[in-house]
Amino acid sequence: MSTHAWEPVVGLEIHVQLKTKTKMFCRCANGFGGGENTQTCPVCLGFPGALPVVNRVAIEWTIKLGLALDCEIASHAVFARKNYFYPDLPKGYQISQYDLPSCINGKVLVPTAGGDHEIGIVRAHLEEDAAKTTHVGGRTGRIGGADYSLVDFNRGGTPLVEIVTGPDVHSSEDARRFLQLLRQTIVELGISDAEMEKGTLRVDANVSVRPVGSPELRTRCELKNMNSFRFVAQGIDAEVARQIAVYEAGGDVVQETYDFDAATGTLTPRRSKEEADDYRYFPEPDLVPVEPPSDLVERLRAEVPESPARRIRRIEAGLDLDRAVVLVTGGLDRLWEATVTAGAERVAAANVIANRLAGVDGDSVDAAELARLVEARDRIPRSTLDEALAKVGEPGFSAEPYLAQEAVSDTAELGPIVARILEANPGQVAAYKGGKEGLLGFFVGQVMKETGGKANARAVSELVREKLQ
Amino acid sequence: MIDTLRLTAEDAIGLLERKEVSSAELHRAYLDAVAERDGELHCYLRTVEEAEGDGVPIALKDVISTKGVETTAGSKILAGYVPVFDATVAARCREAGLPVLGKTNTDEFAMGSSTENSAYGPTHNPWDPARVPGGSGGGTAAAVSAGLAPWGLGSDTGGSIKQPSALCGNVGLRPTYGTVSRFGVVAFASSLDQIGPVAKNVRDCARLYSIVSGKDPADSTTVEVPPVELPEGESLEGLRIGVPREMNEAEGIQPGVTAAVQKAIELARELGAEVGECELPRSVEYGLACYYLIAPAEASSNLARYDGVRYGLRVDADTYYEMVERTRDAGFGDEPKRRIMLGTYALSAGYYDAYYGQAQKVRTLIAREHAAAFERFDLIVSPTSPTVAFELGEKAADPLAMYLSDLLTIPSCMAGLPGLNIPCGLSDGLPVGLQLIGPQLSENTIFRAGHALEGALGFDPVPERLR
Repeated sequence: MSTHAWEPVVGLEIHVQLKTKTKMFCRCANGFGGGENTQTCPVCLGFPGALPVVNRVAIEWTIKLGLALDCEIASHAVFARKNYFYPDLPKGYQISQYDLPSCINGKVLVPTAGGDHEIGIVRAHLEEDAAKTTHVGGRTGRIGGADYSLVDFNRGGTPLVEIVTGPDVHSSEDARRFLQLLRQTIVELGISDAEMEKGTLRVDANVSVRPVGSPELRTRCELKNMNSFRFVAQGIDAEVARQIAVYEAGGDVVQETYDFDAATGTLTPRRSKEEADDYRYFPEPDLVPVEPPSDLVERLRAEVPESPARRIRRIEAGLDLDRAVVLVTGGLDRLWEATVTAGAERVAAANVIANRLAGVDGDSVDAAELARLVEARDRIPRSTLDEALAKVGEPGFSAEPYLAQEAVSDTAELGPIVARILEANPGQVAAYKGGKEGLLGFFVGQVMKETGGKANARAVSELVREKLQ
Repeated sequence: MIDTLRLTAEDAIGLLERKEVSSAELHRAYLDAVAERDGELHCYLRTVEEAEGDGVPIALKDVISTKGVETTAGSKILAGYVPVFDATVAARCREAGLPVLGKTNTDEFAMGSSTENSAYGPTHNPWDPARVPGGSGGGTAAAVSAGLAPWGLGSDTGGSIKQPSALCGNVGLRPTYGTVSRFGVVAFASSLDQIGPVAKNVRDCARLYSIVSGKDPADSTTVEVPPVELPEGESLEGLRIGVPREMNEAEGIQPGVTAAVQKAIELARELGAEVGECELPRSVEYGLACYYLIAPAEASSNLARYDGVRYGLRVDADTYYEMVERTRDAGFGDEPKRRIMLGTYALSAGYYDAYYGQAQKVRTLIAREHAAAFERFDLIVSPTSPTVAFELGEKAADPLAMYLSDLLTIPSCMAGLPGLNIPCGLSDGLPVGLQLIGPQLSENTIFRAGHALEGALGFDPVPERLR
């Protein structure tokens, strides 16, 4: 049995559905909505004689994404045909850039405590999505053994960008951090909603392991069907563990594609019969090469916003890495900067925004009003602050009416309540005195509850600490 | 009484303009002729009884999608398939007011040189029904010669317009690649397929070309087309005509064909053309071989959509893959199957570079060789087909012999160049075709030369037995 340590080597393949108004090669509406097979035409149904015409916006967005990923933009990119039979592929081939993609040789710098971790972007290419199949009956949920299969061609022909990283990811945590940054980049470019739950962002992972310190690349396995960043991380961990166990038992990893089932944490190999070996790629003769003029590329370059990674590095200087990452990957760093500029204290503003405004559209918030709330956060009752933060994104929001309310910080009023809470929780008191100081929050929470959120949390906390000394 | 055998489209336009006849009457006259003669010839797979439009009726090869009218491409796998949209060329004919007479017979998916590969039975040559009309567009070519249509549209991948026109004794243009939209035309080999006109004379051919050509936003490979000039005049003064030795002396060219073509070249000289020899060695030596790698490769992919899932034939089975296999086995004839296999092989991993990739390189060489010839000449000429019409069944069992029918038409197709067939005489009572090839977008020059030669040759396009 081998005893050395193992290092995961992971490359990611990310598919991003572009939210263009129309599909990649026809002018059918793109996106959700409408009944099955209503957003279709002879082109995306592969009728005889129908021809593809490229969506210019999709080309421009792909170039823009490539620029955001620090790629070289090809002055000559070519669509090819990838040939295989499957009911979700009406033409019998998928049109996809192949050996001459639009974007190559990029990189993403992932900020970490130990410096920037560089993830190479081998390529980013444009292709069309397949239709959606539902296999009914049978045990596997796949086409083999199904009683029948339903095909919805609404999704067929959606512009899809495939981003391929180098084998530069060495832990599930690396993968998660990279994907968060990538997703935020895509969202900020306005080219996709990039939501894994909806399938507008899909991630496959090519996983192998090697002895730490070795430069070799061993046989890799592909993981599919992971529909959240968390599941990607879990899938990678599970596959890494599986491969290490195989090697340590003296076996060899066999190249295989697995579906990761997050519910059970298990990896199920796909039936190899469903995987075509030879796609017989050749240049798509129905299309002409994509040759973007350099002034177009420069115009698009000028439209690319400052990268999330750079913004993390910029704002962490006055904050810290973790908070900077949360703000930036939550799309809230610009609001934070504006709020600080409006006079709020940096860390307090970061805490309020990161903890309380997750999911809020930062652009809808008036930073000056938010700054006043942050500044008054300890002075006004907790319930009032909650109420105000819930409405801070509404048009015309003013902090004024909330600031008028003072939280109760009078010791004479709070003292008896604190005493009552301590008396009612002797076990916790004993534990606190025994060193479990984390219980302070529990007591403060109880008092806040008792006062209906009207108490000044800081005053309560001081009072509790005093009484327990 | 309208004499459909003699009436040209230009004559018909005159009749319509002078209101001597209506478009519907013209349409009826041709359908009456079809009723009379098509039982023997089988040019049409189906006719359209309702005349729509106020212009000269037209026959469309059955690879051209027609909204509401069954379009089978000569294949059982598309039996019963009724397009919900018009091909761009069909739409342009409709906009120009040309009523559709019907859909003409074709080798299955336009794969063939005799129309014997049609799943619906062969078309017969109007000059001699025991002989083939050429292919794949034998239906349109035979219909025009037999007075069953004043003009028609065909499609040409390696000679499917020019070769049948040669064998039937009429005028057919394969235009410059990209000048006529392929949208809605059932694809055979996308980088080679071109739609083009077939007519009784060069002016009709030019007129129909002007109707259907032009950039189409639905076909990315189309280009802007210079305005079409209807040819006039009888002189070839100032025109430099090249005679590529390899294409005029190739093995297998019948002596009668050579004789008629030599006579036409001599006539061109008399009309004032400057005639000289040139060479296209690699084009002729490798053209056919490259074609039979590239065309089947693209065909193997283009025909993948016929899987029984959405339209056309479906043969049911227990699983999806079995259904696809059975559908394709039952739906495709031998020639599509042969080419699907050839093409699949040529594109396979490990063979791509040696076959498809290499063929593409040679294709570039062929284009360069032609470009070099056009530095010295405005046009080059050769026989269109090495032989006159052959007998039905004569080559059906020998695919290679059949493929050689296109030896002389293929090289210019590979280079994307325009080529016109005009009849230049008879050999053993059967028409001989002269091929005029020009550089890209040189259709006007080709029309001018073709028109002048046609006038001087005085060929009677009506088959002797029908006169």
